[in-house]
Amino acid sequence: MRIFIAFIYVFLYAPIALIVGLSFNSGRQAFVWQGFSTEWYGKAFSNPLITEALMTSLMIALSTAFLSAIFGTLLALGLERLKGWLRVLFDILIYTSIMVPGIVIGIATLIAFVSFFDLVNPVLEAAIGWRLQMGAWAVIAAHVLFNIAVVALLVRARLQGMDRSLVEASEDLYATPAGTFVQVVLPLLAPAILAGFLLAFTFSFEDFIIAYFVAGPDVTLPIYVFSSIRRGVTPEINAVGTVVLLSSLLLLIAAQWVLRRGDRTAD
Amino acid sequence: MKQNVIEFRNVSKLFGNVAAVIDNNLAVEAGEFLSILGPSGCGKTTSLRMMAGFEQPTSGEVYIRGENVTGVPAFRRPVNMVFQHYALFPHLSVQDNVSYGLRQRRPRPATADVAKAVDEALSMVRLDGYGSRRTYELSGGQQQRVALARALINRPAVLLLDEPLAALDRKLRRDMQVELQNLQRNVGITFLLVTHDQEEALSMSDRVCVMREGRLVQVGTPRELYDKPVNRYVAEFVGKSNFFKAGEAGKVTSVRPELIDVAKSKKALPDGLVTSTEAKVLNRIFLGEQTEYRVASESLGEFAVVTPRKAEREAGAFDIGDRIAVGWRAEAARLLPDE
Repeated sequence: MRIFIAFIYVFLYAPIALIVGLSFNSGRQAFVWQGFSTEWYGKAFSNPLITEALMTSLMIALSTAFLSAIFGTLLALGLERLKGWLRVLFDILIYTSIMVPGIVIGIATLIAFVSFFDLVNPVLEAAIGWRLQMGAWAVIAAHVLFNIAVVALLVRARLQGMDRSLVEASEDLYATPAGTFVQVVLPLLAPAILAGFLLAFTFSFEDFIIAYFVAGPDVTLPIYVFSSIRRGVTPEINAVGTVVLLSSLLLLIAAQWVLRRGDRTAD
Repeated sequence: MKQNVIEFRNVSKLFGNVAAVIDNNLAVEAGEFLSILGPSGCGKTTSLRMMAGFEQPTSGEVYIRGENVTGVPAFRRPVNMVFQHYALFPHLSVQDNVSYGLRQRRPRPATADVAKAVDEALSMVRLDGYGSRRTYELSGGQQQRVALARALINRPAVLLLDEPLAALDRKLRRDMQVELQNLQRNVGITFLLVTHDQEEALSMSDRVCVMREGRLVQVGTPRELYDKPVNRYVAEFVGKSNFFKAGEAGKVTSVRPELIDVAKSKKALPDGLVTSTEAKVLNRIFLGEQTEYRVASESLGEFAVVTPRKAEREAGAFDIGDRIAVGWRAEAARLLPDE
């Protein structure tokens, strides 16, 4: 039994460990160990194609995280006041947008945007001589679509765990509804919002499938990695992969930590 | 007549089809310690919440200091509340909790003034030096006192207390009862306490309102309620009592267990009793300072008798199965409506 479990873990993590290990390879070939070196990290981060893709990915992930945190929180607050079948409907929609596979979101967003463009572009072109097209902003739109749901679920869990009498206590102590929101509700929701921000950032940063459909001419880091793999895996790609892996892992741990800490102060 | 700080004028509150408060004319006098006493669901908490402004009456008006505040939201009412589970803000330190009310004032009071007021308020509840603590680091009793300081610092017209001692253990509850009473006398602020604990209401308050199913049944001093209950419900809820069939329809005779005389035989009973009978001891409960007997007589049925320790010293204690004589004076029996 133990050997079996160990085998599963090896199966799961060996390829990842291999990539991390080989990223420190000094040789030109990706899969032949020739000695320890960090030169590929330097090369990767001085490659303009990689840095540009990295900046695009960072911009998309940050925008997604910001927009999702704001709209997700608003959604959770709004849902709190909703009752009856409308609430059930929105609950279903939230869970659906998380469960729908990325490829479906990708295709759906692509089709939606293309038909929208076909509709407005002739008008726009005639009016201002400029047309809408796919790009980083379309990726952001598609990412925000499901990350709103992620943030909303986190924030709502926290809202439901929140003691209603705290809001009443604040009102009883002369705070206006807006004052109560800023001084009591928002600080208590902050851990959930921050955790949602970090998760949305991670999901957006590492997404390949959706971005591949709607990024248009823009290149994100995962798209760059995918396209360069077709020309063969280099230690450079391993280095990029390792950096992405570690930063995603760190962000996920940070999100967990923020949530745990928040739970402690809420009691 | 004293001025009323809070006054209900024919206040009713419906939740859907359920009436929580019915045609209530409760009045809180300036400077008093008033308790609203009743079982859960009697409308006492709803009454309190209508005073605080968390609920609005379905009909009738609420007056605070002579001003009609019906429809005015909680944050514009000059009253403060101590919540059942304190509702301290977990993300703020003790001092920021206490100063919260002052910091909402516009224009904002000077920081130095706020700090001074916080120190005074904390010292009033004997929590000097606790200002920088986190609220979740404090014990239940300390949290309770922070909640008191947070409300009292605003010098409210009335301090509303929603079962504030319910979450504390028995020993601490006794201490807090004394402390609340002292605090009320020292600060001179009107206190309104809501409780289902009759002992708490009787021991702390100047006056007690007994509520039942949304209506006020009786308002009076603890002694008035105990000695002159208006009906069976009040007699049963405030203290313990025995009820016997009365000659009149719809009425019962109420006799407090401690007002019943007990002796070994009829001859040994004191003179001047209107009712005396032989009875058998069914059960005995030792309560320390007194002993409670459950007895049965042929003419009266089963009832309770309480004898003080001192009486036991003279006559000795009775055992289960003993045949004894019981009786009471005319003034011990009260004829009450059976409702």
